[in-house]
This record gives sequence, structure tokens and C-alpha cells, in this order.
Amino acid sequence: MGMSWTMRDLEDWDARIRDKVAEYELDCYDQEFEICDRDQMIGFMAYHGMPSHYPHWSFGKSYERQRTLNDLGVAGLPYEMVINSSPSIAYLMRDNSLCLQILTMAHVYGHNDFFKNNFYFARGTRAELILGQVKMHADRVRSYVEDPSIGLEAVEKVLDAAHALSFNIGRNPAVPRLSPAEQRVRALDRATGTPDPYAAIHARKRTDEAATRADLERLPLDPDPDLLLFIRDHGAYLADWQRDLIGIVDEEARYFLPQMETKIMNEGWASFWHRAIMNTLGLPPDIHMEFLVRHNQVVRRIPGDVNPYCLGLAIWDRLVAEEEGTWDPRRGLPGAPSAATRQKLFQIRESERDASFLRRFLDEELMRDQDLFAYEPRGNDLVVAKVSNESGWREVRDRLIRQTGTNAMPMIRVLDGDYGRSRGLLLEHVHDGRDLQLGYAEKTLDHVYTLWGREVHLKTMVNRETVILSRGTDGFRTRVVRDE
Amino acid sequence: MATIFRDYAQSEGLRSDRSAGDRQRHREKVRRAIRDNIADLVAEEAIIGQSRDKTIKVPIRGIKEYRFIFGDNQGGVGQGDGDTAEGQVVGKAGDGQGKPGQGPAGDQAGRDVYETEITLDELIQIMFEDLELPDMERRKLREVISERTHRRKGYRKSGIRVHMSKRRTAIARVRRRMATGTPPVSDPELEAAEDAEDDLPDDEEEVDDGGAAVAGPRFRFRKDDLRYHRIRPQVEPESNAVVICIMDTSGSMDTMKKYLARSFFFMLYQFVRTKYDTVEIVFVAHDAIAREVNEHDFFHRGESGGTLISSGYEKALEIIRERYHPSLWNIYSFHCSDGDNFPSDNDRTVAAANELCEVSNLFGYGEIKPNAWRFRDATMLDVFRRVTAPNFHMLSIERKEDVWPAFRAFLTKEKRPEEEPAQAKAGA
Repeated sequence: MGMSWTMRDLEDWDARIRDKVAEYELDCYDQEFEICDRDQMIGFMAYHGMPSHYPHWSFGKSYERQRTLNDLGVAGLPYEMVINSSPSIAYLMRDNSLCLQILTMAHVYGHNDFFKNNFYFARGTRAELILGQVKMHADRVRSYVEDPSIGLEAVEKVLDAAHALSFNIGRNPAVPRLSPAEQRVRALDRATGTPDPYAAIHARKRTDEAATRADLERLPLDPDPDLLLFIRDHGAYLADWQRDLIGIVDEEARYFLPQMETKIMNEGWASFWHRAIMNTLGLPPDIHMEFLVRHNQVVRRIPGDVNPYCLGLAIWDRLVAEEEGTWDPRRGLPGAPSAATRQKLFQIRESERDASFLRRFLDEELMRDQDLFAYEPRGNDLVVAKVSNESGWREVRDRLIRQTGTNAMPMIRVLDGDYGRSRGLLLEHVHDGRDLQLGYAEKTLDHVYTLWGREVHLKTMVNRETVILSRGTDGFRTRVVRDE
Repeated sequence: MATIFRDYAQSEGLRSDRSAGDRQRHREKVRRAIRDNIADLVAEEAIIGQSRDKTIKVPIRGIKEYRFIFGDNQGGVGQGDGDTAEGQVVGKAGDGQGKPGQGPAGDQAGRDVYETEITLDELIQIMFEDLELPDMERRKLREVISERTHRRKGYRKSGIRVHMSKRRTAIARVRRRMATGTPPVSDPELEAAEDAEDDLPDDEEEVDDGGAAVAGPRFRFRKDDLRYHRIRPQVEPESNAVVICIMDTSGSMDTMKKYLARSFFFMLYQFVRTKYDTVEIVFVAHDAIAREVNEHDFFHRGESGGTLISSGYEKALEIIRERYHPSLWNIYSFHCSDGDNFPSDNDRTVAAANELCEVSNLFGYGEIKPNAWRFRDATMLDVFRRVTAPNFHMLSIERKEDVWPAFRAFLTKEKRPEEEPAQAKAGA
């Protein structure tokens, strides 16, 4: 099958797309498009688009999964892959039609703008450094694998364990990680109280006895959400190369965190702008027809699931409608909103993430329109428990937020790095009403134990009882804690 | 803002090859996971007796990537086509539905299981891959040598007539001739050697090369010139084998016990299949009476009532008498039971077991006790101590994790007759 386009076509259409990008005031990094074949594409997807990445079997697994998923034809653009880097890199698959190439390029510029301007990306990632960093990571990991005194098995063991904890990290890049020294200062401040210049006119505050005594022996002083970093910095039994590996895994997880936290916004944003660009690009009728079909596939509802392309686009559309009053994307060919509206949208894309975006802009009407519902297991069935009506929509929204981004993962913190005065590690699951999957927790504790080298404990709740899961030399134990 | 296009370059394909190593590593892990779960897998479907290229779906559980995740009793949020109503059923619990994918690697919490497809053949290969197969006792006389293949491996100076290599022999002679400086040595000479087919030495002493169309003095073959093919006879003891699966299907054999039995029978059957060309399989189900049944009934029909193990053995012996004469068949019999038997039947059972040992290559008794804490359970293990035949084995299985080790032990406990005297000497 011959290709239905030439490089020249792509360059021409890209120039037109970029004119639109400029006209709509999107603000992008430089963009690189690389043409690849299907196998390469799947390879890029398996490694999150990174041109060079450290080796690990899980990427092999991811490759197989990716291939399966693509064969099944999942939601989203077929083979859309773009990296948050400067310049941004995106891959275009050779076998795609000209229409799909143009559509993908337009979509990619939307992501590119989002990467460059959203607060979480700006704060949490260094787009201009990432490719070099990932390459260096890969070189270091390979050097450990090739080191005869270390070898693949040993490296794999650490990576397996580190991967298991990689998303147990502080979730807000705007909250800096304090060094032990800084924590100490803070603890002392809390204990002694900061001097109040207006003490004379303020009512005397009763100071709580307990709060005035700082336990400076404690490690960490404040509960630490960064499991890997805590283990890296305080694990007593780690070799330097192991600490390095742990750091590598942590760094890469942090790089991907913003993408997890903004999936709905980001896909909605890219879909919003690809639609505006494609509708105003002057496409030949046949390509435009194909575009409409593709677009509807991409933003379709997936029954029983939430398609971020669909929900994200609906919210952005809703925001435009509120500003402009006459905006109905289901009628005609929606182009770009007015300059004033765009400024409003730009502010939102800069300062929100999915959780806040949904909380601020999902209202009853929109949710009913999207037919969002909450379901629960009852017996062997999943049954609709709440729908988006007057009495239920808030609950549905809150549950949706709880399954969004990192909210879908339990928050685990280090409470004590010298538990029982025997170098044990005590972790705490910050329980929000959802119990852990205990089978997974047990296996994950194995990984923690591998890294920490001494007993590890996890405090959590199971059926409203406080339970401590422990993993030590004698295997796995659980005990119920009564009224601490 | 600038844009750069990089055209497709096949050589760049090398870059995506980096996944090859990781995919390979992943596959190794999959194989290992399959091996670790073999007992589970073989009981997944009715695969006993299936064709070998049947593809079975194997849920891979051994290579989950564990993380702290929420339990899956949480429910979730989804979208409908409009007008979704409370109380509507939107899916099956625990079928991995719901929860939009999150995370860069699609590390969806708890949605980590995916299925890989392997063929039965691969599964079996994996099963026996690390099993040091014992030399199973073979009844030499019964080996019906179906085909004798010979593999030639090089040449030697001694051998029997039929293995002689005419060409090499002729060349050897030419060489000797050159070495002795007997002229003329020419190409025709060599060609003649090629044609030496017709003037092969008739005896192993000296021979004329009368037929050679070469001028000059006669130069005889000598015994020294003779070259023979080195032959590695490959005797493939292809023959017939029959696996006789006997199972107690009385009321006390519940699904769990049958499941364990099935795993065991499957392994035995597949193992025997790796050894013989033709393998038949016979199912004998018994409670107080025994019948030959098909596979499905064997595993699924619940029976009830009491147990007479001897009935099963006698049925097996009857089938052997009728269809599988021991002079033509290698017989592997195996019996699974939970150890229940009418005490009055024990003597008869032992007698029948001894008889089965005589006609079988191997006879095994597996006692399946998933609830071993009921230590006052009946057991046949003591009774079977009275069966002293060397090819009789007992094993007991409590959990599915035991099946594979028990099976391995069963095979590796195999007596190797030729080793026994040696050990005895060592002991003396």
C-alpha cells in the first residue's frame, strides 16, 4: 500500500497549522515530528516516548500490552504520542492517512501548549533537560547491569522494588521537600512558637503542653510522603548504586506525575484546539469528512468508563459557552473562541489540575448532560448507586475526583524510620474511607523490605479497625491495634 | 517556535530494537510464572486429551507489578449513553471493568492482569523444561522398534561391510599412492576414485582395482585404505503407551479433590506423551462399582455412596486384559482417592494393586487430602505399605501447590535398576 502523503504534504499542512496556533495565541515549545512505523510506535509508547530509556522487563510487558490494546483499538487517537520536553517530540505513524497526520499534528500542538504553560508541568518538570536526564539514567543503569559485581538480577531486584513505590510521592510540586535541617527548624518553631509582635493586644493563647515539646530525635520529624527518597536517604543497608537506582526511579516518576494529574484537562484541551484548528484550516471536503468521523471516535463516550477526551472537551466547551453565551459545539463547525474568552481559558489551563478543574467546573447540568453515574459492586454485579440528579450529582462528582490522577492511589507516608528502636520502618496509610487491597499491600511490603533491609510495618484500616501489616525476617504478619 | 520533521529511516528501526531485550526478559518471566502456576493452569480447562496445538488462554498472575492500591470493592464513576438510572446493572463485579486508565504506563491500579495466549504444546514444554526426566523403566522386550534411523557421524577405519564408504576408501588409496610416489597421479585417478563404486574390495585383504580406467601399474587396495561410516544407531523406542486414570468419585470426593486429581492426571498423561508415539488414555471412575467413562464424566459427574477401591483396580485390570496386552503396551496406571475405603475391601485392594504393578510400568497412588487438619481421616497410605513392588509409588497431596512437587518426586523416585547393585556395593 503506497503512502497517501509525502513529507512535503506534512510540512505544508504543518505550516498552516502553525499559522492557526499563532492566531489563537497558543504558546508552544519548538516541535519535532518523527515519522515511524507501527512497531517503532509501539516501542515508543512502551517507553513513554523516551528515545532512550533504561531497560527493564516491565517495558517489555508494556510493549506487549500496548500491542494488544492497539490491536483492539482503544479510545483516543490511534498512535498518538507526544513528549513533554523542549523541544517537544511527537511521533507520526507512517501508515496513518494524511487526515490522521494533520489531526495528530494539530492535537499535538494543543498538548505542547499545555505542557509549556500548565503550572504543574512548569513546576514539576524540566522540559529542556528531560531527554538528557533520561539518557544519563539509561547509561547508569546499563553500567550497573554490566558491572560484573552487580549484574542484571541485582539491578532488577532494586528496580522492581522501586517501581512498586514510585508513585508514593508528595503530590504537589509546589510544596518543596524540606531537608532534615529545615524540618528541624520548623519543628522547633512549632514547639517554641514564633514571637508574636502583637502579643500585647492579642488574647493570651493557651499553649498545649504536648505541642511545646519537640521530639527532635524523631526521624522523620514530619510524616514523609516521599517513600523512595526517604529510603534512599536513610536506608542503612543500601550500596551507592542502589541509592542511585532508587533516585532514578523517583526522578522519572516525578516527571510523569503532572501528566497523571491533568489527563482530563490536557486531553480535553488538545481535542478542543485540534477541532478549532481543523475546522478553520480549509481542509478538502474528503479530508474534512474523515476528520469528523475520527474526531467523533476520539471523543466518544465509552459506556461504563470515563473517556478523558470526551469529558475534558465537554468541560472546556462549557467554559466557552459561559463566556460567549452562543457557543454550542454540536452545531456548525466550532472554531476558536474570542480573544477575551481565550485569555480566560489560558488562565484556567495554567492554574488547575484535574481534581480542581472537576471540582470547579463540573456542575449538575453538565454532569446530567454527560450522564455520569457512580456504581458499586453488589453481589456479582456492578450496580448504579447514584446518578447525576439533584440529590446525587455532588456525590458522583466527588467520587469521580477520587478516582482521578493520584487520588486513585492511596497516600502512604513514613511515620518512623527507627520504629521499635530497632531501625524498623513504620509507614502509615492516610485512610480516606477506602481500604487497601491487602494482597497487593502484602506484596508491596515485600518490596519495601527488600530496600529497607529491616522490619517494615504499615499502619492502615481494614473494615474500620486499625491494623498493622508487618514484613520481617519471619515473613508477613498482621495484627489489629485496639485504641492506641 | 520552529518545527522539525524527521523522515522515517529504517535504520532508526535499530533504536526501537531496544525493546527486544526487555521483551525477551518479560517472556522469560512469563514462562517462569507459567511454570510456577502450572498446577493451576492444567486444571483451568478440559485440556486433557486436547490436540497439542490448541491455544489456551493463560492469565498471567506471576508478573503483576505490585503497588499500594485500593481494594476493588470501591466501585467507581462511569458515563452512560444518557438516562442511566439508579439500580441499573452496568457490569460484572471483578471483571476489570471501569476505572479509566491512568499513569503513563497504563499502570492501572489493580488492572494488571492480562492474558497471554500459549499453545498447549508450549505449556507442556514449559512444564517439563526443568524436570530432569528420569529414564523411565522400559520393558525392552515390548519395545516395538518402529523405525531404525541411522545417523552417520564421520568415518572410522573399522566397521562392517555395509557401512563401508566407497568414496573415502578410494580416496585413501589415492593418497597412499601419492605418498608412495607412484606416478601418475592425475585427476582421472581421482575421478576413478569417485567411480570406484564398482570395484570395491571383495574381501578385506588386498584387492585389485582392475576396473579402474587408469593406465599404469596396478595399485591395490589394502585393508588400511578401508573407511567405514561411523554410525550412531538411533533406536527410537516408539511404542504404545496407555495411561489409566482411576479415580474415586464417591460422595466424599469434592470439587477441590477432583481438581487436584485432574492436575495430576494431566501431568502424567502429558509426561507419558513425551515418551511414546501413541498414547491412549482410559478413565475409570469408581465408587462402590467401577465404570469406564469419558473425560467429562470422569471429572464432572458427582457420584455418591461408599467406596470400594478394589472395584476400580479390577476394572482397570479387566480393560488391560481386553485391550492393552502388556506385551504390546506400556501401561501407566494412577489412582487418586481421598483415602476412604471400606476396611473390609483392603485386602482385595492390595491384591489388585499388586497385580496392577505386575502389568504396569508404573503404578501410583495419590492420596488427596485438602483438609489435612482432619487428622483422623481415613487413609490408605498405611494399607498400601503392603504393596512392595518397586514400581509402586505413593504420594499425598494437600494443596494445589503440592501437585507439581509431588509429581516431580513421583518421577524422580524412579528406581534405576542398574544403579541399585552399585549402591549395594558401596554400602558393603
